[in-house]
Amino acid sequence: MLYAILCYHDEDTVGSWTPEQDAAVMKKLAVVQDKLTRQGRLGPVARLLPTTSATTLRKDDPPVVIDGPYAETKEQLLGFYVVDCKNLDEALDIARDLGAANPGGAYEIRPVGVLNPGSVSG
Amino acid sequence: MTDTVWIDAALTSARPQAVGALLRYFRNLDTAEEAFQNACLRALKSWPQNGPPRDPAAWLIMVGRNVAIDDIRRSRQQQPLPADEAISDLDDAEEALAERLDGSHYRDDILRLLFICCHPDLPATQQIALALRIVSGLTVKQIARAFLVGEAAMEQRITRAKARVADADVPFETPGAAERIERLSAVAAMVYLIFNEGYSAGGDTATIRAPLCEEAIRLARLLLRLFQSEPEIMGLTALLLLQHARAAARFDAGGALVLLDDQDRALWNQKMIAEGLALIDKAMRHRRSGPYQIQAAIAALHARAAKPEDTDWTQIDLLYGALEIMQPSPVVTLNRAVAVSKVRGPEAALEMIEPLGERLSNYFHFFGVRGAFLMQLGRNDEARVAFDRAIALANTSAEAAHIRMHLDRLMRDSQPRAAKHY
Repeated sequence: MLYAILCYHDEDTVGSWTPEQDAAVMKKLAVVQDKLTRQGRLGPVARLLPTTSATTLRKDDPPVVIDGPYAETKEQLLGFYVVDCKNLDEALDIARDLGAANPGGAYEIRPVGVLNPGSVSG
Repeated sequence: MTDTVWIDAALTSARPQAVGALLRYFRNLDTAEEAFQNACLRALKSWPQNGPPRDPAAWLIMVGRNVAIDDIRRSRQQQPLPADEAISDLDDAEEALAERLDGSHYRDDILRLLFICCHPDLPATQQIALALRIVSGLTVKQIARAFLVGEAAMEQRITRAKARVADADVPFETPGAAERIERLSAVAAMVYLIFNEGYSAGGDTATIRAPLCEEAIRLARLLLRLFQSEPEIMGLTALLLLQHARAAARFDAGGALVLLDDQDRALWNQKMIAEGLALIDKAMRHRRSGPYQIQAAIAALHARAAKPEDTDWTQIDLLYGALEIMQPSPVVTLNRAVAVSKVRGPEAALEMIEPLGERLSNYFHFFGVRGAFLMQLGRNDEARVAFDRAIALANTSAEAAHIRMHLDRLMRDSQPRAAKHY
């Protein structure tokens, strides 16, 4: 079963990390990801740019373009992982490992219905 | 990441909102800052044990306010402080406050806090120092280091600046739309100054001063989050990101300045470039051009060129032309002349900067650029005179060293050389 692990964090806080602190977190996360890659369980991974770079299209008639993210929340969606797990417990274990490397915020674990791996790279 | 590092980041990011709200409440900068400091001390004790609150800023505002009010009461009546549990058990109150903060107050609080630092009586360096201290929460030691002055001198500078803004009457009422835009533009200019303070550092101090650039980017993003549909704030943020993306390539191992044409473009930070380009895309949709957007668009044309010869100089010339109309300045014309030299040759460019000589007679870059144009035209004697003048006016040793390199070339051969972009 594929699960999406959606990463929510206060982007102000993440933005207050020094480049060194940011790099240290990324390095720790890479260790968790490498393990999953070796096990053949890691799907697409994305780190999104800040919500200030986001644009929202509200599907009104006609559609309306709005600057900024769809939802104004305390924590923002900053990225996601897709992982292959036998069950929810396994997915939660991975989220715990990721959380140990990158504390603060929350992970939302959502089973994936359809995954189209797409054709773009990098 | 350890608890303390995480808490530090949370306190730093909550600071503008918390100090801004406390300032609105107490209408006194010192009281607001002290209340925030006290709240931080409590956070350092409480958060590792109880876990971080859901909304750190609301927690800090609530605790800071309570502690300050208690202090005032205690000094009046010698009443004992309430028990700590009473302060840490804030959940309901915190939620209620957070809801109120989500409204427009939050935005105007932060804007006011930044705007106070832009007092027109304060020289630019004091504005910057004050903003870094009050809004960013950098220590006096950190600021002194970035400005390359002693801690005592910086302490004095900040104290003096604070005294001056304390006397200024900044209205605490919610500003009207026009007033808000005015404040925003003053604040944007200050954020740009903070960035420049870091960006204009020489190779020997670039690493020490880089945090100024990072802080400016953080403040620009903060402004953009508050004013999500302002194309000029998108432009400002994009401009800072695109400039800072080149940081690793701007100096060689010996600390000498590396010109745009000679930079190793593999060292450019692609993530910052991507964010900058995305913001310009967003800004353009508004069709309300402005100086920051234009400068960002120019930086974007450089960032988009995989090799120096891919640079779209014709477009850069046009953009500088638009900037000249919006913000006439000899420095803008000088920059435009560099683009003109690429499109129409050094003779046209030289002709363009000739009338600027009087106004830029003490400007390092004028003589550097002029010397480069003359050198390209093979007028080596005149080039040498211009370069000598540039060295005399250099602001950093890296600038002087760079011009000396040109002079050495002139000494070595009398052949005209390829164009160099400043």
